[in-house]
Amino acid sequence: MLLGPSLLLSALLFTIGVAGVVIRRNAIVLFMCVELMLNAVNLTFVALSQVLGLAGQVIVFFVMTVAAAEAAVGLAIILAVFRHTRSVDLKNINLLQG
Amino acid sequence: MSAEVVFYLLAGFAVVSALLCITQRNIIASAMWLVSTMFSLAAIYVILNAQFIAAIQVLVYAGAVMVLFLFVIMLLNVGRGGSDLRGAPVRLVAVLIGGGLLAQLFLLGRVTPGGMAVLRGAAAGAGSPMAGFPEGQVAMSAPAAQGVVGAIAEPLFRQYLVPFELTSILLLAAAVGAVVLAKRKL
Repeated sequence: MLLGPSLLLSALLFTIGVAGVVIRRNAIVLFMCVELMLNAVNLTFVALSQVLGLAGQVIVFFVMTVAAAEAAVGLAIILAVFRHTRSVDLKNINLLQG
Repeated sequence: MSAEVVFYLLAGFAVVSALLCITQRNIIASAMWLVSTMFSLAAIYVILNAQFIAAIQVLVYAGAVMVLFLFVIMLLNVGRGGSDLRGAPVRLVAVLIGGGLLAQLFLLGRVTPGGMAVLRGAAAGAGSPMAGFPEGQVAMSAPAAQGVVGAIAEPLFRQYLVPFELTSILLLAAAVGAVVLAKRKL
């Protein structure tokens, strides 16, 4: 069963993902940290699907689909920004600062 | 080894890999540690009786999505030069935010089926811990009758058919959007 330990592991991984978004400046690493957070949420769904029914595993499918779409569009945006500024460092991406 | 020992080993491996993922200076190494975290999670899904999700995790996440990431990293040839880690004040803020979030989420570790049954108002402790969860009993017994894939296909193509079809539109829009964004001139 391992319900509590799974949810605790999920909480740990989500926290590590949030910390990664805060401490890194590379846009690609930021995206990888978002993927880590999505993985942590998937683990929650799978752990609770043991108790609350198989719908949780169906939701994991949808989360994976959205994650794949987000990665494709996000990386395309990073490519476009890289052509413009020759960098993926967030300190060089300040077009909206005025 | 019992399933619990294997679970804790994999959980420790997943956490260490995730920590290395966010602290490695080299982006390729960072991506590889993320792949390692995803593989550990896939193994944990098998322990949690979600074999099909584990297979999809390896195929889609560790396979397709991470290859896309590595592709972009190598295409842009980034990761050379100095570290992209932020300075000490921001790291302190990160520790504070992470600590606060973890303190809130820490209570999740105390969730048990019996405790959830009490929250639902069901008769807790009546024999098996699964007594108050008819859906959970279905989830446990359905794979034996219908197979691992069939048990998930049933709700996916009946109850969640409309979201499933909407997902295809989302993927089409994402594919077209990625091409439009990444192309130099349309």
